[in-house]
Amino acid sequence: MAVESFTILAYLVASVLFILALRGLSGPETARQGNIYGMVGMAIAIITTLMSPVVTSYVWIILGIIIGGAIGTVIALRIQMTALPQLVAAFHSLVGLAAVLVAAAALFNPEAYGIGTPGEIAAGSLIEMSIGTAVGAITFTGSLVAFAKLQGLVSGKPLVFSMQHPLNGALAILLVVLVAFFAASGSETAFFLIIILALALGFLLILPIGGADMPVIVSMLNSYSGWAAAGIGFTLGNSTLVITGALVGSSGAILSYIMCKGMNRSIFNVVLGGFGGDSDAAAAAGGAGGDRAVKAGSADDAAFIMKNASKVIIVPGYGMAVAQAQHAVREMADMLKDEGVEVKFAIHPVAGRMPGHMNVLLAEANVPYDEVFELEEINHEFTTADVAYVIGANDVTNPVAKTDPQSPIYGMPILDVEKAKTVLFVKRSMSAGYAGVDNELFFRDNTMMLFGDAKKMTEEIVGSLD
Amino acid sequence: MANQDVIEQGAKSLAEQAEGMAATARALAEAASQMTAEAASQAAAGPSEFYWLLTVFVLAVFVGYYVVWRVTPALHSPLMAVTNAISSVIIVGAMLAAGPEMFSGSKVLGFIAVVLASVNIFGGFMVTQRMLSMFKKKQK
Repeated sequence: MAVESFTILAYLVASVLFILALRGLSGPETARQGNIYGMVGMAIAIITTLMSPVVTSYVWIILGIIIGGAIGTVIALRIQMTALPQLVAAFHSLVGLAAVLVAAAALFNPEAYGIGTPGEIAAGSLIEMSIGTAVGAITFTGSLVAFAKLQGLVSGKPLVFSMQHPLNGALAILLVVLVAFFAASGSETAFFLIIILALALGFLLILPIGGADMPVIVSMLNSYSGWAAAGIGFTLGNSTLVITGALVGSSGAILSYIMCKGMNRSIFNVVLGGFGGDSDAAAAAGGAGGDRAVKAGSADDAAFIMKNASKVIIVPGYGMAVAQAQHAVREMADMLKDEGVEVKFAIHPVAGRMPGHMNVLLAEANVPYDEVFELEEINHEFTTADVAYVIGANDVTNPVAKTDPQSPIYGMPILDVEKAKTVLFVKRSMSAGYAGVDNELFFRDNTMMLFGDAKKMTEEIVGSLD
Repeated sequence: MANQDVIEQGAKSLAEQAEGMAATARALAEAASQMTAEAASQAAAGPSEFYWLLTVFVLAVFVGYYVVWRVTPALHSPLMAVTNAISSVIIVGAMLAAGPEMFSGSKVLGFIAVVLASVNIFGGFMVTQRMLSMFKKKQK
């Protein structure tokens, strides 16, 4: 009894430390401390489990932790910050797979978890087990697809085929039926069918979703991985797993909601997919209006305009990450500051491929975080800015979101860059953005297009600022 | 004499009765303790454990809701990385499967799950630490 109550208390301490780890993220100063709390919590949970009477042989466990720990450490130290979204997607897939494996282990050896004997597991445990398994398997393949799209292994374009939604719906219904059957019978065949079906469903669900919707999808899979962990926690009767799963699940859900709001789309609209699929057609149609005059400028022009400005707001987007231009941008900002120019950064909630992606990239390039602002904080300042320097962003600056109810991005909150005296748009070509909508801004009198690679163009500007 | 006999017999029967009662009491006590033990074991594994966990779960969802809304948007990437790391506390389940002395299929599954979860735990916390160490204030 003494051991048992100690175990429960230790798990409680671990759970509290996890909550503190999330709490710390309310500001950069407290966040590092929070992360330490998280590590300590994890260590407590692992050591407590090692002391459990069920665990009598340590070799495999220690070996597993060493192997996994070494792989994880190497990956974490080597990964480029631009590749963070795919790293996180890959990590989610591991949580999903681990959930499936643990559930399978519990089915074959229920004594280890104190939930019965093989073939004699309570129906309640079977339901919890199968739900944890199904969510875990969906997370696994869904995250693999997201990883492949983010890594560029497959096209980021949404893959849509006819009967997609009826097929997914039928699979989902079949999955529920199987869970019910498994709970009633405890049949191992049913368990494997659940796994296979859920794996297929995860794959099919993410396939039709396009690259720029990935911030929502990565957050959603983050949420799923939490729910899977919570499901397994119910099976094992482990409070830490339930609490942590719930924390992670709600965290991912909130992030998904914030991302959806940043695009003014409902989660259903994103999940059903296919958005931005006809961007080729739209771009072609936009080409017809290509006879409208745009003003193109050179790096020297841009440098001259910015040097003589008193306030410059830089608007980075995914293009900056792709071109790895963040260091060049920081250099440019520093030189402008030396000239006495006030420089600020404006970040749209859905800029990049995961929530907060741009903030990390700018931090990596040594941009102080108190010069980086969110949309609501800085949007009113564009009226007083002399220059808005838009690099690798497009749709999030398109004023059509405010004016044209027919536009697919209508209602999306945008950065009001058009209110700045001059808009400098770094872009490779006149092609439309992800949403397949022409940007009205390109044709405005106060816009100057800087055609070229984001990094090269910024470096050239740095060169002529010298 | 007869009186004495009567008294003796009475005493004997009383003693017998007392013995019988004691036995019954013992049996009752045993039954009672059995019942409490049963009730306790049911409480540990039966539906009441589910409701207890459900309570914990729902409260934790609320805690998560309020804590995560206070996270600054600038730190949403570290938030995802750290939630990813802590959700790997699923390693607890994996260790229980990999822990028994006896070799079995479930032990192998547990081992693989321990490896996967460890990749996440170490990778998740370290990449979070790396990200957070980059966030710096303006130097004055």
